[in-house]
Amino acid sequence: MTQSKTNNFVIRFANTNGTGSASANHMFAKAIMRMGVPVSAKNIFPSNIQGSPTWYEVRINEQGFLGRRGGAADIMVAMNSQSFQRDLEDVAENGYLLYDNSKSQDLTAVPSSVKKLGIPIAQICEKEYQDQRLRQLFKNVIYVGALAALLDIEFDVLRSLVSDQFKGKEKLITPNIFALELGYQYAHSHFDCPLEPRIERRDLIGEQILVDGNTGCALGAVYAGATVVGWYPITPSTSVIEKFSNYCERLRIDPATGKKNFAIVQAEDELAAIGIAIGAGWNGARSFTATSGPGISLMSEFLGLSYFAEVPVVLMNIQRTGPSTGMPTRTQQSDILACAYASHGDTKHVLLFPKCPRECFELTTIAFDLADRLQTAVILMSDLDLGMNDHLCQPFRWDDERRYDLGKVLNEQELEALEQYGRYQDVDKDGICPRTLAGTHPSKGAFFTRGTSRNRNAVYSERSDDYVDNMQRLEKKFATAAALVPEAVIQQTRQAADISLIYYGTSAQVIDEVIAGFEQQGLTVDTMRIRAFPFGPEVRKFVQKRKNCYVIEQNRDAQMRSLLVNELNLSPQVLTSILNYDGLSITAEMVITKIANERKIAPIRQGVQR
Amino acid sequence: MSYAKSTFRHPNLKVNDIGLTYRDYEGVVSTLCAGCGHDSISAAIVHACAELSLPPHKIAKMSGIGCSSKAPNYFLGRSHGFNSVHGRMPSVTTGANIANKDLTYLAMSGDGDTASIGLGQFAHVIRRRLNMVYMVANNGVYGLTKGQLAATSDKGARNKAGDISPFNEIDLCVMALQLGASFVARCFSGDRQQLVSILKAAISHEGFAFIDIISPCVTFNNQANSKRSYDYVQQHISTAAISDFVPVKDEISCDLPAGNYDDICLHDGSLIRLYKSDENFKCDDKLHAINMIEKHKVKNQILTGLLYVNPAIDTYHEVNQTSDTPLNQLREDVLCPGQRVLSSINESFR
Ligand SMILES: Cc1ncc(C[n+]2csc(CCOP(=O)(O)OP(=O)(O)O)c2C)c(N)n1
Ligand code: SF4
Ligand SMILES: [Mg+2]
Repeated sequence: MTQSKTNNFVIRFANTNGTGSASANHMFAKAIMRMGVPVSAKNIFPSNIQGSPTWYEVRINEQGFLGRRGGAADIMVAMNSQSFQRDLEDVAENGYLLYDNSKSQDLTAVPSSVKKLGIPIAQICEKEYQDQRLRQLFKNVIYVGALAALLDIEFDVLRSLVSDQFKGKEKLITPNIFALELGYQYAHSHFDCPLEPRIERRDLIGEQILVDGNTGCALGAVYAGATVVGWYPITPSTSVIEKFSNYCERLRIDPATGKKNFAIVQAEDELAAIGIAIGAGWNGARSFTATSGPGISLMSEFLGLSYFAEVPVVLMNIQRTGPSTGMPTRTQQSDILACAYASHGDTKHVLLFPKCPRECFELTTIAFDLADRLQTAVILMSDLDLGMNDHLCQPFRWDDERRYDLGKVLNEQELEALEQYGRYQDVDKDGICPRTLAGTHPSKGAFFTRGTSRNRNAVYSERSDDYVDNMQRLEKKFATAAALVPEAVIQQTRQAADISLIYYGTSAQVIDEVIAGFEQQGLTVDTMRIRAFPFGPEVRKFVQKRKNCYVIEQNRDAQMRSLLVNELNLSPQVLTSILNYDGLSITAEMVITKIANERKIAPIRQGVQR
Repeated sequence: MSYAKSTFRHPNLKVNDIGLTYRDYEGVVSTLCAGCGHDSISAAIVHACAELSLPPHKIAKMSGIGCSSKAPNYFLGRSHGFNSVHGRMPSVTTGANIANKDLTYLAMSGDGDTASIGLGQFAHVIRRRLNMVYMVANNGVYGLTKGQLAATSDKGARNKAGDISPFNEIDLCVMALQLGASFVARCFSGDRQQLVSILKAAISHEGFAFIDIISPCVTFNNQANSKRSYDYVQQHISTAAISDFVPVKDEISCDLPAGNYDDICLHDGSLIRLYKSDENFKCDDKLHAINMIEKHKVKNQILTGLLYVNPAIDTYHEVNQTSDTPLNQLREDVLCPGQRVLSSINESFR
């Protein structure tokens, strides 16, 4: 039985980079959302292929399964002549090809089951517009208009989207709507509308928003009170800073003086970027940097300093495909170990794993509190898929009652009241020692911050007992961290389920679909979504209660599994890896297939082990 | 160096304008080699800060890694210090300065720390026009790692182990001039009087002040054939102008007629008074300064003293338009826009 394609299909746009397609495609995805139907959108933008192709894949699924579906597209909008032949191969059986037939195209490779929808877009533009630039720009708007007719999207939805998009630039509204109408009318009069894949209005969106994760991080930093940023451009982290900067220009200008309540420094490299953030953190300003793979490698020495000298800093790692330059515009979760244990010596860092833009916001605000509370680096582990693609998620929320946790920082009165101050005195027995900031008290509280060993009073010391004492306290502090970080999210049946999944970050987007898939086979599923490292006690409990768990991750080397085995001292046999590392975001189908295979061979494997 | 230190250890305990003595500006006892030039620099800093009556807790000492970078522990014990990582002091100081523009930043680096591993950060921190004093204790070698030649050593220079520097040296003053430092000077740790007055001027200068301080390493580069030994430097040092620092309170107005000296008025109203020995010397011209430095080198001389100053340049915070309140003191109610604003932001994603 084939499933109905109403509110359940994938459409892929093949465009040329820099032709203005991004905003038209985004409008298309938003239109689906405004029709009340769940939607997700993913960009693929290779960094180095001839013809600068970009693909934008929209999945529409009213059950809310919004991970990448995989496989060929039900509808291909083929607008890039250079990737045209290759795009023809990616249309599903009985699918549709929408293309520009202004010039004759070689369509011999199109399978006979695929329906060809040719629209003379270039010719229409030539006729309607004088300006070259407008001709190019409105091509995109015209195919969106055509799709509205083909997919039965209410034209009013598009109309209101255009008005919203060009608020303040009213002159642009009419020509855009006109272009939409051109496409809409053409499709209506030439094709049998609507097609089998189509949109039917639903009410499944509620308050949700469609936004990318980097926006969530940037806004999180604004709301958490970050004032100092050091950064160096690298895809896919750059837009965190761009957006932070945009929001600050709007929200952080002093109304009386017009001056900035923030400072952003584009540094000479990532070493300087994190150095700037650490310098600011040392002086008591909330500060951060954002980077990706190669930048993490460069920041490693400074991360060790942050750990050992105990200076707060927030680092956002928008992971991409490594190693080395890897596939720089593809996604992965492959810096888990590099970040957990970054730098030489015995170091460990607090990691947070957001699953959606809303959590990017939330965990960023928590990251700043944790960095101040724990006086150490906190690394937010996002990835390219989350950072740069639009995801449907709950709206950002800030509790106006919430107060920043600035941690243990002694003010002038507190210092005055102290008889003696020692920077590394563990007065509260939680491994976290009160710190002081320069300029606080005329004669008390000054100390020399250093990455070399010292005693509890911050006096240089090479005595082994002082060194060990300090390292043990840092370990104690890390145990304190485990109690402060966000807990894992666990969903479990009363009896242990047939299948137990452990996952984190963007793998979350396929989990509902995976569970539904197994439930169809009559199998029950328990899940645990890890949100932070160090692991809280709930993580150990979940694993210990089960004979075997599948750990789903987007890297080759099963890095989270290694971290679990190592940190919880587990037998490796209790964790089976399900790995996706091809640079494309994970699919439910892949997870289900791999788990099914593992379940087949598991008894055999266990036999061998005995 | 211990003998230099002993001359400062027992000053007549005069109190300064804020009721402190030199003692209150000292640090812990130095663990550098006896005679190390860096200890003289520490002593000069103690003098300069005490005489300027700076509140020690409003000073931040920044450094990288090296014997020179350890030195901040040996002065200003009532100030916070940050001994960061090798070659990266400039970025850490950038962040610190941006977070709190109201402190005085005294940064100490070595020639390895700055001219090799940290050359990139050095270049970029100059471009940023921070209000700070950047000192390099230039001994021509890596003291801490036992005397390897530094990039500041002249071509052909030898260290104690007999290694010969095969390539041209990096002149940090020339670089600083080219990159836009608004105060550039070269000093000798053995000439305390000059160093103290230049330090005072550098601290009072609002902008990026760079001082390359030739500071002999007695352990690895003070041998007879060294060009950074006390003897060599003393014999080859040259000064185009002796500078005196006149603080604001001495109430000398900037428009006094010039005698055999030039007065340069700093932002805070204090003066640098230049007694020229070379009447062609001027210190408001970068190209002239570079020219002078190079000409002296040809004559085998080391030109010291104030080389360039531009008291009227915008600093980082003026360029950035940073708020008047230091960023680290902005409160939550100013920084956090609240849920109402967030709701309207959410609306833009629907
Ligand atoms: C990343 C890194 N590489 C190497 C070192 C070893 N190291 C410590 S100090 C130093 C050179 C210091 O020379 P300089 O800055 O001239 O200071 P000096 O000791 O001469 O005052 C080196 C190479 C280090 N600490 N960190
Ligand atoms: S090794 Fe050289 S630079 Fe280091 S403390 Fe000794 S004399 Fe000074
Ligand atoms: Mg040196």
